[in-house]
Amino acid sequence: MRTRTKSRIVGVLGVLVALIAAFIALAWRSAIDPVRPPGSFDRQLVERGAQLEAIGDCNTCHTAPGGRSYAGGRGIRTPFGTVYSTNITPDYATGLGSWSEQAFVRAMREGVDREGRHLYPVFPYDHFNLARDEDLHALYAFLMTRDPVSASAPGNDLMFPLGFRPLLAGWKLVFLHRRQFQEQASQSAEWNRGAYLAEGIGHCGACHTPRNALGAVRRDKPFAGGQAEGWDAPALDASSTAPLSWTRERLIAYLQNVVFPGQGIPAGPMLPVAHNLAIVPDADVKAIATYIASVAGAPFEARERRAADVLARVKRDEESPPSASPPAAQPLDGDDRDSAAAGAQIYAASCALCHGAGRGIGSGNAMHLAQSTSISLPSPTNLIHIIEDGVRPRPGERGRWMPAFRGSFTDAQLGNLLTYLRGEFGPSAPWHDVQRDVRKVRHEGNHE
Amino acid sequence: MIRLQVNGQARDVDVDGATPLLYVLRDHLRLNGPKFGCGLGQCGACTVLLGREPVFSCITPVSVVAGRAVRTVEGLGTSDNPGPMQRAFIEEQAAQCGYCIAGMMMRAQGLLEQNPSPSSMQVRQYMSANLCRCGTHMRILRAIDRAGALMRETGTKGKTT
Amino acid sequence: MSAVEQGTRQARDAQHDALDSGRLRSLSRRAFLGTGGALVVAFSLLARGQETLGQGTKQEKAEPQNRGEVPKNGPPLPGSLEQDPMLDSWIRIDANGAITVFTGKAELGQGVKTALIQIAAEELIVDPARITLITADTGQTPNEGYTAGSQSMQHSGTAILNAAAQVRGILMSLAAQRFSAPVNVLTVQNGVVQGPAGRTATYASLVAGVDLHVRASAQSPLTDPSSRRVMGTAMHRVDIPGKVTGGESYVQDMRLPGMVHARVVRPPSYGARLQGLDAQSVERMPGVVKIVRDGNFLAVVAEQEYQAISAARALARVSRWQERATLPAPADLHASMQRLPSKDKVILGQTWNTLEGSDVVRATYRRPYQMHGSIGPSCAVALAKDEGVTVWTHSQGVYPLRGAIAELLHLPPDRVRCIHVEGSGCYGHNAADDAGADAALIATRLPGRPVRVQWMREDEHAWEPYGSAMIANAQGRVGADGRIAEWRYEVWSHSHSTRPGPAGNLVAGWHVETPFEQPEPSPLPLPAGGGDRNALPTYKLGNASVLYHFVPSMPVRVSALRALGGYMNVFSVESFMDELALVAHVDPVEFRLRHLEDRRAIDVVRTAAEKFNWSGWQRAPGRGRGFAYARYKTLAAYAAIAMDVEVERASGDVRVRNVVVAVDSGETVNPDGIRNQMEGGVLQSLSWTLFEQVSFDDTRIRSRDWSTYPILRFPDVPERVDVHVINRLGAPFLGTGEAAQGPTAAALANAIADATGVRVRDIPLDRERLRGALGLLARAG
Repeated sequence: MRTRTKSRIVGVLGVLVALIAAFIALAWRSAIDPVRPPGSFDRQLVERGAQLEAIGDCNTCHTAPGGRSYAGGRGIRTPFGTVYSTNITPDYATGLGSWSEQAFVRAMREGVDREGRHLYPVFPYDHFNLARDEDLHALYAFLMTRDPVSASAPGNDLMFPLGFRPLLAGWKLVFLHRRQFQEQASQSAEWNRGAYLAEGIGHCGACHTPRNALGAVRRDKPFAGGQAEGWDAPALDASSTAPLSWTRERLIAYLQNVVFPGQGIPAGPMLPVAHNLAIVPDADVKAIATYIASVAGAPFEARERRAADVLARVKRDEESPPSASPPAAQPLDGDDRDSAAAGAQIYAASCALCHGAGRGIGSGNAMHLAQSTSISLPSPTNLIHIIEDGVRPRPGERGRWMPAFRGSFTDAQLGNLLTYLRGEFGPSAPWHDVQRDVRKVRHEGNHE
Repeated sequence: MIRLQVNGQARDVDVDGATPLLYVLRDHLRLNGPKFGCGLGQCGACTVLLGREPVFSCITPVSVVAGRAVRTVEGLGTSDNPGPMQRAFIEEQAAQCGYCIAGMMMRAQGLLEQNPSPSSMQVRQYMSANLCRCGTHMRILRAIDRAGALMRETGTKGKTT
Repeated sequence: MSAVEQGTRQARDAQHDALDSGRLRSLSRRAFLGTGGALVVAFSLLARGQETLGQGTKQEKAEPQNRGEVPKNGPPLPGSLEQDPMLDSWIRIDANGAITVFTGKAELGQGVKTALIQIAAEELIVDPARITLITADTGQTPNEGYTAGSQSMQHSGTAILNAAAQVRGILMSLAAQRFSAPVNVLTVQNGVVQGPAGRTATYASLVAGVDLHVRASAQSPLTDPSSRRVMGTAMHRVDIPGKVTGGESYVQDMRLPGMVHARVVRPPSYGARLQGLDAQSVERMPGVVKIVRDGNFLAVVAEQEYQAISAARALARVSRWQERATLPAPADLHASMQRLPSKDKVILGQTWNTLEGSDVVRATYRRPYQMHGSIGPSCAVALAKDEGVTVWTHSQGVYPLRGAIAELLHLPPDRVRCIHVEGSGCYGHNAADDAGADAALIATRLPGRPVRVQWMREDEHAWEPYGSAMIANAQGRVGADGRIAEWRYEVWSHSHSTRPGPAGNLVAGWHVETPFEQPEPSPLPLPAGGGDRNALPTYKLGNASVLYHFVPSMPVRVSALRALGGYMNVFSVESFMDELALVAHVDPVEFRLRHLEDRRAIDVVRTAAEKFNWSGWQRAPGRGRGFAYARYKTLAAYAAIAMDVEVERASGDVRVRNVVVAVDSGETVNPDGIRNQMEGGVLQSLSWTLFEQVSFDDTRIRSRDWSTYPILRFPDVPERVDVHVINRLGAPFLGTGEAAQGPTAAALANAIADATGVRVRDIPLDRERLRGALGLLARAG
């Protein structure tokens, strides 16, 4: 062989080796030795940890339906496949029972488990890395004092080659940065507290902020709307389509699943969040509400006008309720008009009982639909979920109840109902191709 | 006039399309199976099968079921010739006042047709839409179990109507 | 007139009824000989006494019509024969041999129909399938008052057992004459009398020659109990096939020709008054036949059911009511009850005093208002014709209801007929009577047309009479010997019985233009009691004293709910036993055994503990076990319950794992019936104890549907419920249907305390309360 070719080959091999070495250096993380963590912690520390856990909703992802709390096994759908949550009870063999606090902190901030394996960012360490040391300390104390459960999660079901965890090191190189919470002096202490919780352990943006093609949160569009488990997480920023602005007061009620006039109740993935926030100290919930309310930005004229129209309409309907026959839908073109008329009939029999204005006393005190956020969203996806699955309180608890209508309507009938609702109660821009969303939600198994 | 398919028969009813199916079945077609328990979709006493899915007939307008197969407990068999679900409930004596039972049977029928061997937890979750106030739950669960076994044994799903 | 055939067995009473059916012979002797059955006698007499509260008395004395004079001399007749001594009041045989049996009791789902058919079939010696049973109907059956308190077999079963035997005897006597043979060589097989030389005579051929309109005698030629054919068998319930195949079974299924549908628009709260009504738009709605207004009573009638519902909703929207705040502040509920005037009585011990000392264990237990929550809201059909009214109703007492409706409508009672038709399980006094009254009232405005009134879910929830809120204080001291040396228990309660009776106990009665005032209730007498039911523990205690505070005023509508005060008193007493056992450092089962002398109580406690494997039970994090024992009403069935639970501290979730029940109901006639009742009672009590409380504000009831009054659903059901029945051959039957309510509640509370180390004393033991007690995530700020 000629020397030049030889040296080229050596050169290329050398670069390759160097790249591989660099990759290994990047991706390889050491295992942290297993320990036997202390069995008891200071009670107040554990209580603080419990509050933080509720803000972070650990139990929501880390509990399988019908399974033991924190024992993992819940499948979370992502565009890349399904990831199963792990057991975070202090079980030695299958949970966190061998993890030192150092291992726990590393997982929360860097997305690496005790044995050094990279974790998928469906576990939102890109948000948790904002948490302060003392809060992670409290969370560790809380988790270590739960009841241990022996359970192993099923293997993940991800598209090739994402099962190869070291690839995540590359992802982290680009998208994960060390963060430290910076207070903003111009904002109140409450706002700062809310920002710290919402951006960090509360990881609101993990759902409510859009992600790029590689699944990383787009930090340039905070709270511009995202997706979670087949639902749309609505935009909370200036592009919010909610008919009434989410003020601090409304958010405080909503986030704790407290009924508040003129607004809906948490549904879908927000329901467990609200269940958790309901047991968190008021001050923390108020702080989060303060921060999130500020995300929408200053009120502007078009939004104010729409809100006023909505409130006026609701008042009108309450005071002189529509007659018993189905209300006339707004004028629509052609097919949509027939569709809306058919939908009006469904509304009269299935929805007006509870959602109709001026109904008598009784259980049917559901919100007037002109105030519905899901009818105002760019896509009917959330509304379809709500109609299919209903909304229920936790077993044995009092709360708003909407029955599940799954099975009642054909795709076409559901489409008619959606068209009617949008035309009657939503903003002026109609939804396009409602059937596509109906099919997506119903037939692609994207709902619970 | 609305044409319905109920328990395998075509039935025409002259009724406003917004009328909930429950009242059409009971008052116009004189069926006793589906019952009024709450009218709000909370208790399941009104449960019927629409195609393969159990639905609350109290909040389903009759207009949407035109032409779709509606099944009530009357369609699962007769007292002289009960179907597997009915036999199971009789053999287990799974009733106290019995008011909730027809709705239970229809939901269970829907479950077993879609999943012939459900786990105990699946059955409990699935049946959570239906209430029983007398506390007959343990027997209802045993009857559903038994019905599943009968259906698997005979390879039938009960009367096909 | 259609008498819709029904016979379902409600877990609550079937076993007792079935038991009684086999025991009636010795009962009829023993009951009236004042021996072991003395309490039973007293009980049935007391039950009669209850029925004569208020208006009912006059009506009852006017009954029975044409029933013949009851002689004041001579021995009493068995069971209800005493009030209705003519044999053909109970048994009729027509020329074709068809047999009809009459009972004044109602089928509530407790299986009394099936059981009574078994009894009649046994003593008539016929196939049960030949018998048609007619239940409570003021037009044709005896008056047996209310069907309540597990007494159907005592009253009605006894009567039918003896009447059937006597009818058979009469027929056999005639056959003997015809065969010229002595009666004692004759036998009967399935309604055919068989004599010597192959001679036979069917009942059909004999009946024309006898007169069954004769007085019963005090003695009956009863068959030999050791050769039972029908009684004592686990005969399948006659009604279940119909119910699972869509047969017409309930009053809700009645469809009479020309029937119209009515809905009542109830006020938004107690004491609300109708100020204004602009009904024109409603009158014009499709199908509307009439709007009925009588003072604050407002209803609309339409041709079709959904038209009536729509019209009622519209009518509600155009009605204006003036409301008053009449309800107690929910946060202050029990304290405000204790501030109301009360009738106080020391029911155990000579005097009442409070214990002093640092070694005294004190506890306060509370129960909120809880509802029947019948799964099928109340319904009735009524037809006004020829200056009279017929009402088809699922009321527990058709004769008392008849009196109440007659009073309401200002009619003589003999112009009103109430016919019982089955409804869904009632568990006591629910809104059935009110629906009957509503239907009667509306029917008189539309004479000639049957009117069907169906209560809506929201109305049943808001207007039914609840089980009373109660509060109890317990104090105790354990001596050095590890036994209870001092025991004080005092309990406050509203009434547990406001049945019509008087029209003033009907909702319609309160709302008509000239309203009827609700009469002041009286406490139900012991030993059964009301709010003091089971306040007297059956343990051997040192120095014990019990004080009952009966609070007559009723800011919230209350009446009888299954087990009455027994549910809460057993919850309190049995929780307190555990609290004392803890102080004494004694195992809870062992502690109870130390204080029991009744052999049967000891047996039932030991059986439950053994079957549960109490001594071998494995502890695990989050798990706990609990035990409770009680003798219902202190004279009915003995029940002991052991269960284990798993409590999730973070959420306050309670998962019930295994429940083991041991029950002694005297002689067992149908073990499956007992098991059914006890399972049902356990599950219902778990629901009450884990979840249920009526919510309200100062004006309105807020629990209007299942979302605002959640109850047990399938995912909360225990993993296992096992019932072990102790059969006491030869012992009297003991009412069992309500025996599980109290012990279940206490066993649950005790198990939760064992699992968490924290004692919760306020029912319901719901998630929020548990979290609060566990303190892990208490709300701050």
